[in-house]
Amino acid sequence: MKSTILAGALLAFATATSVHAQAIKLADVAELSGGGATVGTNWKNGIDLAIEEINAKGGVLGRKLEVTHADSQSNPGVARAQVQKALDAEPYVLLGPGYSGSVKVTAPLAAEAGIAQIMGGEAAELTQAGNKFLFRTSFGQQSSMPKVAKYIHDDMKAKSVAVVWVNNDFGRGGRDVVVKELDRLGSKVVADLSTEAGQADFAADVGKIKAANPDAVFVYLNEEESARILKELKRQGVTAPLMGETTLIGQKVIELAGDAANGARGHVGLTTDAPVDLIKAFRDKFSKKYNYVPDHNGLKGYLAVYMVKATTDKMGKVDSKAFADTLHGLTVKAADEPGILMDVTFSDTGDIDRQSFLVEVVEGKQVVKQVLPKVK
Amino acid sequence: MSNLFDLLVAGLATGAIYALVAVGFTLLWQTSQTINFAQGEFVMLPAFLMLAAMHAGAPFWLAIILGILLSMLLLGLAFKMLLVDPMMRHGVLPLAIATMALAIGIKEAVKQFFSAEASPFPSIVPTGDVSILGHAVSLQSIGVLVLAILAVFGLTALLNRTSLGHQMQAAAQNPTVARIIGVPVERMILLTFLINAFLVALASLLITPIYLAKFTSGEVLGQAAFIAAIVGGFNQVRGAIAGGLLIGVLDNLAAAYVSTQYRAAVPMLFLIAVILFRPQGLLGRAEERTV
Repeated sequence: MKSTILAGALLAFATATSVHAQAIKLADVAELSGGGATVGTNWKNGIDLAIEEINAKGGVLGRKLEVTHADSQSNPGVARAQVQKALDAEPYVLLGPGYSGSVKVTAPLAAEAGIAQIMGGEAAELTQAGNKFLFRTSFGQQSSMPKVAKYIHDDMKAKSVAVVWVNNDFGRGGRDVVVKELDRLGSKVVADLSTEAGQADFAADVGKIKAANPDAVFVYLNEEESARILKELKRQGVTAPLMGETTLIGQKVIELAGDAANGARGHVGLTTDAPVDLIKAFRDKFSKKYNYVPDHNGLKGYLAVYMVKATTDKMGKVDSKAFADTLHGLTVKAADEPGILMDVTFSDTGDIDRQSFLVEVVEGKQVVKQVLPKVK
Repeated sequence: MSNLFDLLVAGLATGAIYALVAVGFTLLWQTSQTINFAQGEFVMLPAFLMLAAMHAGAPFWLAIILGILLSMLLLGLAFKMLLVDPMMRHGVLPLAIATMALAIGIKEAVKQFFSAEASPFPSIVPTGDVSILGHAVSLQSIGVLVLAILAVFGLTALLNRTSLGHQMQAAAQNPTVARIIGVPVERMILLTFLINAFLVALASLLITPIYLAKFTSGEVLGQAAFIAAIVGGFNQVRGAIAGGLLIGVLDNLAAAYVSTQYRAAVPMLFLIAVILFRPQGLLGRAEERTV
């Protein structure tokens, strides 16, 4: 009898250890402190929510998901060290970071290790360096800016456009694509204004916009600077319609700019206000678990984990070496994998094609005015 | 031309705020040889005090009054008694370094207790335009300019036309003789600290709706006001006013006609030129001390 109990206990222990050993290990490196803390915390919470859901339904191919979170402190140097440490533990897939600058310095490490990296950066150049292991969770500028330029030309009917951008990798990347596209469509760029990150005073820049008298103004700055320029545009009475990206019409910008944000429009790849049932359900689950409404970074983290699940299901095996090849060119339909939220296609460069939204700020709230379809 | 007019108005409005802060620099230097490198943070903090009052449920007008009073208490009285007086005994340099440490302390405290993110701040001047010489000029720019000029004129009137002002001048010019003729020098020095605290709180009230309330927002202001005070003349209130307006306009014109990247460099180059060719400042007088 004793030996039966002992054998049973040993078997249970062996099973438990083997289930533990079989868990699929993911590594996340994100901006959990420092300037990008909002970005990284949303991203991390999105990941945790998705993993909890997947594990509650039996995991991926019968194996549970496990994740370790590391803090990049919003610093590319620290991000590189953390990614190296994470890769040494041989994860199945690397998640993060969210900042383009941190992605830029960590992507070669993941590629060298042959581990797929699913990240939150949006700078155009990230997926243009021929890295076969890097994947986006949101639009890169080369995908979003043509949609922006087309909207300015076709819907706003702007013949002349002032372009204001922030002088860093993010701003310059967006500016280059949008100016090229506007030129191709026949809208003239009458003012091309670079501004500095952290700039407080936009009086001179807005003065130049006023002097150029454009039909529309394209604003591509970070959130705080966007709020400051919106206030200054209102202060100097600029009435030309304003167009931007997520950073112009985000909730934080609306809070900072107040009335001055009303009327501003922006192209948004991911928003929790999207008129999509699955996104609304995600928003509810997230808000219930964390007691706040997530921003698009929460969506990105959530999607990153479901990208892992969809790809692994497609392969039918857990194979980190074959992961990147399978994800290239993969189309995932929300009907088959609800966690992916919207139909999406991953290109050979790791970019994504998905529907997106045209949002306008109306009385201090984001209102989705138009759903822009997938390109292909 | 219309662009130039807009730039001048916006530059004067920002410059007027620099002037308020720069006047504080000169006041403290004149009466107590204090170079306050935390002056920028002194402008940043009152906005957060006002925001804290509003978060506690106070209406905006009450928050302004509380903010100004608390600023005078913390940045005037406490600053003098707890930092300047004990450090002054060791000379000007240790005091200057102590104010640098204070600047870091204030920034980190605001970041810790409030947030590292920017917060919106209401404006006391309504939005909208008025037409001046056929140009639409924002009410906010005019409001800021008018309030700052009123404060500066009020201060000048206090210094030049009242007995209190004359006593302050005497305490600044020659404290020993002032004491002999019965001027309460210590009280006059404390008064300048309180006036400085009032001026920075006013500057905070005027600039924060434009720059947003953020723990780093004092860095730019402190630097601009310091340059303004040196350019105008560190030993003259009127020099600080002129310097402030000049730097505000110069900064805006540089951003518009030179380049945004080099906008910060232009006032610096101007500063170097002033130090080389007129070290006492544009309106300053060599080896003279007056408020």
